[in-house]
Amino acid sequence: MRVGLLILKRLGAALLTLWLVSLLVFILSSMLPGDAASEMLGQSATPEAVAALRLKLGLDQPLYVRYFQWLFGLMSGHPGQSMISGLPVAEIIGTRLPKSLFLAGLTALVSVPVALTIGIVSAIYRNSFIDRALNVMTLSMVAVPEFLVATLSVLVFAVSLRWLPALTIIPDVADPASIARAYALPVMTLCFVVVAQMARMTRAAVADQLDQPYVEMAVLKGLTKPRVILRHVLPNATGPIVNAVALSLSYLLGGVVIVETVFNYPGVASLIVDAVTSRDMPLLLACTMVFCTAYMVLVLIADVAAILANPRLARS
Amino acid sequence: MRKSYSLDAEALPQDGLAVAERAWKSLSISGRVGLVLVIFWLFIAVFGAFLSPYSPSAFVADDVFLPMSAAHWLGSDYLGRDTLSRVLSGTRYTVGLAFFGALLASATGTFLALYAAVSQGVLDEVISRLMDTLISIPSKIFALVLVAVFGASLPLLLLTAAIIYLPGSYRIARALAVNLNSMDYVEVARVRGERKLYIVFHEILPNMLNPMMADFGLRFVFVVLLLSGMSFLGLGVQPPAADLGSLVRENMSGLQDIAPAILAPAIAIATLTIGVNLLIDALPQSGNGKGGH
Repeated sequence: MRVGLLILKRLGAALLTLWLVSLLVFILSSMLPGDAASEMLGQSATPEAVAALRLKLGLDQPLYVRYFQWLFGLMSGHPGQSMISGLPVAEIIGTRLPKSLFLAGLTALVSVPVALTIGIVSAIYRNSFIDRALNVMTLSMVAVPEFLVATLSVLVFAVSLRWLPALTIIPDVADPASIARAYALPVMTLCFVVVAQMARMTRAAVADQLDQPYVEMAVLKGLTKPRVILRHVLPNATGPIVNAVALSLSYLLGGVVIVETVFNYPGVASLIVDAVTSRDMPLLLACTMVFCTAYMVLVLIADVAAILANPRLARS
Repeated sequence: MRKSYSLDAEALPQDGLAVAERAWKSLSISGRVGLVLVIFWLFIAVFGAFLSPYSPSAFVADDVFLPMSAAHWLGSDYLGRDTLSRVLSGTRYTVGLAFFGALLASATGTFLALYAAVSQGVLDEVISRLMDTLISIPSKIFALVLVAVFGASLPLLLLTAAIIYLPGSYRIARALAVNLNSMDYVEVARVRGERKLYIVFHEILPNMLNPMMADFGLRFVFVVLLLSGMSFLGLGVQPPAADLGSLVRENMSGLQDIAPAILAPAIAIATLTIGVNLLIDALPQSGNGKGGH
């Protein structure tokens, strides 16, 4: 009962935050020097033409009116039109979003098992040589920016070894081999940072459990180490691990911006970079909200996992 | 808690050498590697301009993407400029922006947190809510929005970095301050009738400094990663200025030849950020050596 209430509360807080985010980015975008109308018509436009377009775009309305129009449009799936291409923003994002989700999904599929293995192994062999080596390795991996990983992996696998294509061209036929070839470099790059982050958080979560009295009890009972880990520790660490996985996956949201651009991948993240370059505000705002929503969902999953994992809450 | 801080500045005046030696010995091997890297890059950032063999913007080489040679230690870039000189000046931009950006974020975060923790009530609520909102925008996306609206001049990039990493500092500082605020010795000071300002600066702040220094180091890495990434996208430091991220971007066409022009800035960024991370991890308060109960 209390758990359900707590989760509902978190959901409410997440929605409130998302609303505040929408308010913040809208106000920010309205601070752009010169408005959309003069931007669209260029410098040679007559004042009359600009005024007419302002009227047509509704820019003569006060800020709060425009905000609510935009917000309701966003919620009903009509976040306006792109200022550059003139196409509905919803349509542009609609064709790009599945591709980004596919990329993110593949990355999660690869990174989660690898990261959990590294994290659990280093927690079991805590403070041993292997743990310290893995610690230095993951610590160095999180410190390397994605664009370097992308650049260097292109250098090694596409330029030197010529194993993989440097740009991602989505194959027409969806056989596993060609998908693997096309996606290998971007997925590898994304995994690099995410795996390191996730492994570190998983290690912390499992190590935290290993410090609990019940583990000491199990060890004193004479159970073998693998049995203690698999039967006692892991079930209890599931919540914290899910929490760690969800939070680390949020690092993907930054990573895809670089990766999609480097590999010329037609997803939402490269769209957002295009929108910034061309100052296409309606598109930028909508993409920003997509990313913030994705982030809130991951944080919410992490929160709920942490709540469900807390036995003190679950019992009452 | 306080006994083994390895980089205590106040301990340096009396017999600094012995203290430095003890600090060095207390570090793990990876921590020493980190410290050496950090000192090296700070030195380059401050004095690099004096070591620069050529002007970073002068066209001095005979050809583009030259390999390493005696005249040009790190070869030439895509326009025939000296790569070593460009990396030296790029380091100054990268380290300078990150240092002041992180400093601004940490300092503002700490003071807002102190203010919120001591005053409590509505103001604490409002600031915390605002910070929660700011932290809910993925940092790269937030940076893109800010650059789209305000542009990418150097002061604005600095401000962008500070705004983005301010909420993280605030959260940590507030947690620390709230904890310290409920300590007995703070209660004693309050009963003694000390003013709020005195309590903040004499009782709470000094005890927050060490964890906030470690946090500052982390923010420094975050800003390096963020701004070099933005420059790599062409949305960060704008030409003719160039940070290390811009150097990787502008020399992308040298990737085919595996030119030092693209490898050198890449290695520079990686060793800089890895160095800071290794050093912070080796400091006592980061919980590395904290075992058992």
